[in-house]
Amino acid sequence: MVDIAMQGRMAAPAGAVSSYAVMRRLRSRDAGFRYLTRGAAVLVLLLLGGILLSLVQGALPAFRAFGFNFLVTSSWNPVTEVFGALPAVYGTLITSFIAMLIAIPIGLMIAFFLTELCPAWLRSPIGIAVELLAGIPSIIYGIWGLFIFAPFLQAHIEPYLISTLGNVPLIAPLFSGAPYGIGLLTAGLILAIMVLPFVSSISRDVFEAVPPVLKEAAYGIGCTKWEVVRNVVLPYSRVGVLGGVMLALGRALGETMAITFVIGNAHRISASLLAPGTTISATIANEFTEAVGDLYTSALIALGLILFVITFIVLAIARYMLLRIERRIG
Amino acid sequence: MVARTQSGRYAARRRRNVVAQGLAYSATLLGLAWLVLILGALLWKGFSGVSLEAFTQMTPPPGSRGGLLNPIIGSLFLTVLAILIGTPIGILAGTYMAEYGRYDRLTSVVRFINDILLSAPSIVIGLFIYQIMVAPMGHFSGWAGGVALAVIVIPVVVRTTEDMLIMVPNTLREAACSIGLPRYLSITRICYRAARTGMVTGVLLAVARISGETAPLLFTSLNNQFFSTNLNGPVASLPVVIFQFALSPYKDWQELAWTGALIITLSVLVLSIVARTMAHSSSGR
Repeated sequence: MVDIAMQGRMAAPAGAVSSYAVMRRLRSRDAGFRYLTRGAAVLVLLLLGGILLSLVQGALPAFRAFGFNFLVTSSWNPVTEVFGALPAVYGTLITSFIAMLIAIPIGLMIAFFLTELCPAWLRSPIGIAVELLAGIPSIIYGIWGLFIFAPFLQAHIEPYLISTLGNVPLIAPLFSGAPYGIGLLTAGLILAIMVLPFVSSISRDVFEAVPPVLKEAAYGIGCTKWEVVRNVVLPYSRVGVLGGVMLALGRALGETMAITFVIGNAHRISASLLAPGTTISATIANEFTEAVGDLYTSALIALGLILFVITFIVLAIARYMLLRIERRIG
Repeated sequence: MVARTQSGRYAARRRRNVVAQGLAYSATLLGLAWLVLILGALLWKGFSGVSLEAFTQMTPPPGSRGGLLNPIIGSLFLTVLAILIGTPIGILAGTYMAEYGRYDRLTSVVRFINDILLSAPSIVIGLFIYQIMVAPMGHFSGWAGGVALAVIVIPVVVRTTEDMLIMVPNTLREAACSIGLPRYLSITRICYRAARTGMVTGVLLAVARISGETAPLLFTSLNNQFFSTNLNGPVASLPVVIFQFALSPYKDWQELAWTGALIITLSVLVLSIVARTMAHSSSGR
């Protein structure tokens, strides 16, 4: 190699005459490349550290001004400069909860269909089509939700919910009030559509990783397809499914644009799911560029920090669970 | 008597099975229906606006006709900038993880953090870039927008690069080593070449991912009503224009928003289908 390098265009500039010199040059280049790649890897870590640090630094004035009360105050008043995160945190949690409530069963059923029921030739086209849902940018969900989905809900679904579930004791407050079209429920439903592909494609992958012997044994003693999935596949792939669910939850919590269009941006906590509300990300997207005053900006960054910490924890749990199942398969 | 309850139980089990299967079929249909409904609405609302005008004229003031030329150019600029910044960093980091430090502690930590960055809320990344670039510089800029998008590109490229390099058979590395090739040459000349398709796929996926991103651009590159390729000032981009126009009360603006939405969605779908087929054909080899 050194001989070739001495003749070829990799040859060192005129100075290097001995093969020893060429070898040293190659070695130092190798070390250089190694440090370069290592530096890039460390940069990824610094990126996360940088995000956290810059958010903490930006949020400090707000935390100094309001302390712990920031988390439990429900007023959000730019004029008197009193800010509390409670309505936004509440909206974030409740919309994500609605989304998961709908996306988990549907996603699991899609995975059931793709692994056990679907003819082989249809498997990959349907799988890809469902995954394309994940590829559609969130702003598209937003514009679709605002102009098509919300009016439809307002005209057809919400009046029905109010007249039926609105009269059931205990849950009646959840479905009271006027049908606005935009609100927590609409945001939750759109989120459900958006995270559905995450739940279904990860569940499909872990379902497929179940050893065939286990399923065949269950079929052998006369189990139906549903019983195989319910009693063999699901228990076996529990951890992986949970990992996928947490990953989807992480996405739902941080989702911004789609929500901003359909949530209604009202800083209040209402009992009704049909009422407008807000989420952390929607508040930031709507108000950040218009925020006047350092405290206002800082309060918004503090919201961002809360969101980042929540999603970080959820995603870390998701990764941990998926790692565990990867190790078992691998 | 016993026989009857047994056959009754069997019938119940079969019924439950049929119901569950029916639910599975309808769940899948529902999933596909959303895709059709969304794409259908985009075509229906946006297609009428696709004309030469849309690609050759500036965004109009409310009440007059116009096109989407400046946001389209702006989006292209920002995307190219983000790819130019993010791809080299991502590839180098992925290279370290798959080649030099495959069994390092650092690698497993980076992999964990990278996977979290991959799904981190993009609006938070916007806040981060605002804090470190926009606030110190004192003004919104295209540079900040490009860097914000690059932060989203990096984890995608890191992930695919690492995955693809790990799939390169070790015999290739050993062969390179046995003729005395230094490590960096065996990586850049041999491994990169073997993993090229997969790595390009990663970059394509990253482009698809950022071309619809709105949240990180809202307070970095902001928006610009006029044609501008000056990356030192605010730059228009398709997603932000869609956001602004869709929420405006003006009919013309809303129609343009739908047209922009159609353009973005089609390009994203084409990109991800191309990336998928590429990944498929390379793994089939």
